[in-house]
Parts: sequence; structure tokens; C-alpha cells
Amino acid sequence: MEAKAVKNKNNVKGDTNICGICMPTVGEAGRTGDWSEMKPEIDQEKCTPAVKGKAACFLCWLYCPEGVVSMTVPVTIDLDYCKGCGICAEECPPKAIRMVRKERAHE
Amino acid sequence: MNEIIWHGRGGQGVVLASEVLAEAAYLQGYKGVTSAPTFGPERRGAPLSASTRIADEPIRIFSRIERPHIAVVLDESLFDTMDIAGTLREGGILIVNSDKPPERFIPGKTNSIRAATVDAVSIAREYRLFVGGAPVVNTPLLGALARVWNGIEMRNIERGMGFKMSPPAAYNNFQAARSAFERTLVNGGEGREE
Amino acid sequence: MSDVRIITGNEAAALAVTLCEPQVLAAYPITPQTKIAELLSEYTEKGILKAEYVRVESEHSALSVLIAASTAGARTFTATCSNGLLYMHEQLHWAAGSRLPIVMCCVNRGVGAPWSIFNDQQDAMSQRDTGWIQLYCRDNQEIIDTVIQAYRIAEEVYVPVMVCYDGFILSHTMMPVEVPKGEEVKGFLPPYRPHTFLDPERPCTINPVFFPWRRENAEGVLCDGYMEMRRKLQNGLERAKGVIAETSREYAERFGRDCGGLIWTHRTEDAEFIMTGMGSIAAETTLAADLLREEGVRAGVVGIRSYRPFPKEALAQAMGGAKLIMVLEKCLSYGYEGGVASDLKAALYGTGVDAPVVGVIAGLGGRDVRIDDMLTAARESLEGLKSGQCGNRTLWLNCHGEE
Repeated sequence: MEAKAVKNKNNVKGDTNICGICMPTVGEAGRTGDWSEMKPEIDQEKCTPAVKGKAACFLCWLYCPEGVVSMTVPVTIDLDYCKGCGICAEECPPKAIRMVRKERAHE
Repeated sequence: MNEIIWHGRGGQGVVLASEVLAEAAYLQGYKGVTSAPTFGPERRGAPLSASTRIADEPIRIFSRIERPHIAVVLDESLFDTMDIAGTLREGGILIVNSDKPPERFIPGKTNSIRAATVDAVSIAREYRLFVGGAPVVNTPLLGALARVWNGIEMRNIERGMGFKMSPPAAYNNFQAARSAFERTLVNGGEGREE
Repeated sequence: MSDVRIITGNEAAALAVTLCEPQVLAAYPITPQTKIAELLSEYTEKGILKAEYVRVESEHSALSVLIAASTAGARTFTATCSNGLLYMHEQLHWAAGSRLPIVMCCVNRGVGAPWSIFNDQQDAMSQRDTGWIQLYCRDNQEIIDTVIQAYRIAEEVYVPVMVCYDGFILSHTMMPVEVPKGEEVKGFLPPYRPHTFLDPERPCTINPVFFPWRRENAEGVLCDGYMEMRRKLQNGLERAKGVIAETSREYAERFGRDCGGLIWTHRTEDAEFIMTGMGSIAAETTLAADLLREEGVRAGVVGIRSYRPFPKEALAQAMGGAKLIMVLEKCLSYGYEGGVASDLKAALYGTGVDAPVVGVIAGLGGRDVRIDDMLTAARESLEGLKSGQCGNRTLWLNCHGEE
């Protein structure tokens, strides 16, 4: 929520941080990866891009509401910011993703 | 300040007459002119009025005209429903579109007002002024007004019409107004108010 | 040579808007504003005004369109009144909170129920606390001059401006108006420079949820919370006082007509009895003041041009010599008194001006405001002052019913 990040092209004088601006950036809302009990785990032997060895499918990337799934071969998930919603597991055609219980440090 | 009220029915052009008069008065050198319609919904055939204020200084009053100096009546049938002469100021002028003599419109008990009539319907027919089949009586009455009130000159009415109408329409309407100027009957003599 | 035209208030507004060259317009017609919407769509269609005229199905949508357009960097305009303005209410807050310099004409009309299409100022008064600047016009000349100034003020302080003028009384009454030339207006009004704007090259979210607390962004920078943003809006309106006065001064220099800035005065130099109000009713009180002077009363008028920001310092100064103040207003805060009277009393508190303030509620729903009625109210209050009977009371002008 920082307007200084928006370079003012119009040379407006004075404080330009006068309305709420939120820039797209990793972790704007803090580290959200610790919000969940469950985390997704990819079985690369079933995951389509890994099996075909080329860019394919990527429905998990498309459906992920948090943008933490990579569009790469192999597909990876940034668990620092994954909230564990399980949508990727639900949508995966070959059922390559399953939700597993997280190991907690205190357990 | 001079206060002029125009009585007519929706569609007869009271608002346009008032606007032409305001334009004419400004051209004549008055600094203060306002023209206002009856505030509210506009309905064809319903009684309505428009008002013109004319003064040497800018107008600072916007309330309804209650006691006009001049009342111009486009439709005689309005006398059946309202006391127009009774609202006039002492020494005021009543101008009516009618083929009757002006004396007919002065109530018995009042003798301080002057009245004038002009047969605007016949004049409109002569000059082929019709809108939707109805004769245009508003512009002839501007001629009658100039005849009985020395506050406005015909040449400025002509110029005022030029602001509000296309050149051929302004020409025709002004010819009708000039004819009305000549043919207006004034009670108690010919003369204009001095 | 000056271009004087005999035009209605709505025509004056439409001409002024055209001179300011907004790029996006959206308006929903409502009596007595309709003519502005009609004229601007006509000008746009004919190419006289090179703008996008967006047809909308409501006032709420009209302002929503302008919020988006202004955020994209466009100069914008809309007009409404009465229940249409109230329907816009939510978006009024949003426009101000987003600090968008939208200009709107409010053609003041009474609010239903019962239905009224006639004039009073309850509509704008009900939107007093939305964060908009509100400027009131005395006559049609001031409408054209104020709309032009409104863009400069709005774009200087990034606060939207509502230009208020009385429905029918000004909107439908023709009077001589001097119309400035396009190039003169261009010289006075610099192009709109948005403080921030939507740009596909630099994506951002504007006005997401803000928290009660300040917090660090991802880069570790401590950022404003909701309350800081609101304080900045308040500061914007406070700063607008100086900007409104300065804009008015510069306009007067360039165009030769002075709207007075925050307030205007009429014969107040030695005035002991001061009448005040907003819009056309204040212009009418100048006539009442002149007539009272003929009776030996040292009467004057202070017209309030800027209602928000409220010019408390200027008012206290202009009313310094008053022994009695009378506020004539076409609105009220139900269960209390007229809003202007309340604000004025609060503004004078502690300034040493301790004249009684008589509130007069007048002209609601188009009720005629007659000079004679004003004079009667003034004389009664002046008598009351002499006999010590004149407190801070509220009168109803030209209205039947119990006190």
C-alpha cells in the first residue's frame, strides 16, 4: 500500500500517496503459507508436463487463486505462500496432486 | 423594474414570447433582464404563464411576479378561470388576443388600468403562421406590447426574434408583429404610454 | 468584444463544461437538470465537444463510470439533483475517498417524500459529509464562472467539486451571461494531471481493504492506514480554502468577474444586521438589505459560496461588527435546525462575535421567497433584539402551521 512505487508520470506536486494503492508483489499480505493444516504434494510420475516432458495441462496453475503454482516443467508450488485450499488437487485430471497433513515444528 | 406576465396555454408560445422580449430589452440597453417559465411540468393545453423582468440594473429577485405592470393574455378563455386584471398594478396594462374592443376586459370597479386588444388569430392566418395547425399568436402580441408600452422598440423586437428563430421564420413573425402593432386597439385613445 | 448571451442556468452550465473539454461524460436525466444532459449529449453528437458520453441506467452508474474514467486519467463531468443525487450517495464517498477531481452540477431540488420537482437545497445538504467541495452560485453568470473554476480547484487539491445552483430559479430562468472564449479558458485551466492512474504497464489495485492500523508493505515500508487516508482527505478540503480563494482571485484578474472566493459581501462595511445564505436566496437578500438601509437599518449580506470547506475564518471576520445575524436557508437538519445556522454558530464560537443568530427556513419545495416576507422577518428580529427577546431561534418563512 505504497504509492511511492507508482512513478508519477505527470509530475504532480506534493503528496501523491492520497488514495489506497496496492502494487502486485510477492507477499503483500505477509507469509500466508502457514495458514493451512494441509499442503499439496505433486506426484511427478503422474503429472502431465513431467510425464510428457513438455509444457502441457497446467490446470493447477490456471485454477490456483494465490498464483503460487509455477508454469514450468516440472511444476512446483511455492509453499511459503500456498494457503492449502486444495483447488489444484481437486482440478488435477490425472490426480497427480494430493493434499497431505503438514508437519508442525511443535509436533 | 418592469414586470411583465404572459398568460396562455401550453403550446401557444408564451415562453418564446417572453424570451424574445428579454432579448429585445437587453439589445435596447437594459442591463437587467430575466425570462422565466412557470416552474414545473409543462403540459399542452394547460394554463401556464411566463414572466419577463426588465430593469436598468441586474435583477436580484427571482420570486414569482404577483403584481405585474403588464399582463399579456394569449387566450381569452383564461378570463373565465382567473382574475387577470385584478392582479395588475395600479396603472398597469392589459393586452389581450381578442377581436373584441379593449373596454370589454376592464372590470367595472377598476379604471386605473389600460387595456389593448389585437386580433392575433386573424393576423396569424394572414401571415400563414401556424404550428401544428394552430395559429401562432405569441409574436403578434409582441407587436401589440410595443404599441402600448414605450419601454421597448419594434426594431429591437425584430433583432430579438433573430436570436430565437431561423431567418425566414423571424422575417414572417416580425411582419405579423408589425401588422399587430398597427392594428392594436387601445382603450382611451391611440397613444403609447409616456 | 465580449460574448453576452441570454441563457438559462442549465445552458450556462453546459457551455462552461464544453469550454473545459472533459473527455468522459455520464449523466442520467432528472428534472430540473435534464437540459444539461440533453445539451451535452447534443454537443458530443455534433462533435462540438470531443468526449465520450456514456449512457447509463442510473445516477449510481453515472458516477461509477466517472470514477473509472477519472482513475484512467480522464477529465469528467456529470450532473444530477434530488433523489438522483441521493441514489449516487455511496459513489460520492468513493469519488472523494479516491481523491478524484470529478466536477458535478447539482441543480438543487427538494427531496421526496412527498414528491417535489421544485427547488430547495436539501439534496446537496444531505450530501454535506461525503468529502466533496460544495460551491453555490448566485446567478447564471456565476454558474459558468464557477464550473470553470471548479475544474481548477478539483485538479489542484484532488477533491471532487459539486457546483450547486437552484433548480428552476436559475436552471430555467434566462438572464444575460458573458461567455468566455475557449482559448481564454485553456489559458486558465491547465490539463488534468492525475495523481495516480490505471496503467497496464504498471498494474496496481486501487483502494483495496485498508486496516485500522498502519502496517508495513512487502518492501518493509510503513504505510498509511484508513485513518491516515481520511486525515489526508480532510487536509485536502482544508487546503481547498486557500485554493478556492486564489482561483477566484486569478479568475477575476483574467476575466474581470469576481465570485468572491469563499464568501462574498454586500454593504457589510458598517453593517450591524447581517443576512446570510447560499445561492439565489442570498442574492435576493441583497435587495432586502438595500431596502432596510432605506429604513435606516445598517444591513448587509454575507453570501456563502463555499459550504464545504466551510469558511469559518472568513465568516467570523466578515461578521465581526454584527449585532444580529439572520441565516436564510432552504434546508434543515430535522430534529435540530438549519444546517448553515448550526455551522455558522459553531464557526463564531470563541471568536468574540456573539450576535444572536436567527435561522430562517425558507423556500422548501419551491415555496416562493418574497422580499416582503424577508423584510418582515428581519424587522421582527430587529425589534426582538431591541427588547432583548431575540435568541438563537428558527423561523419558518411564508409557511402555515404551528411554531
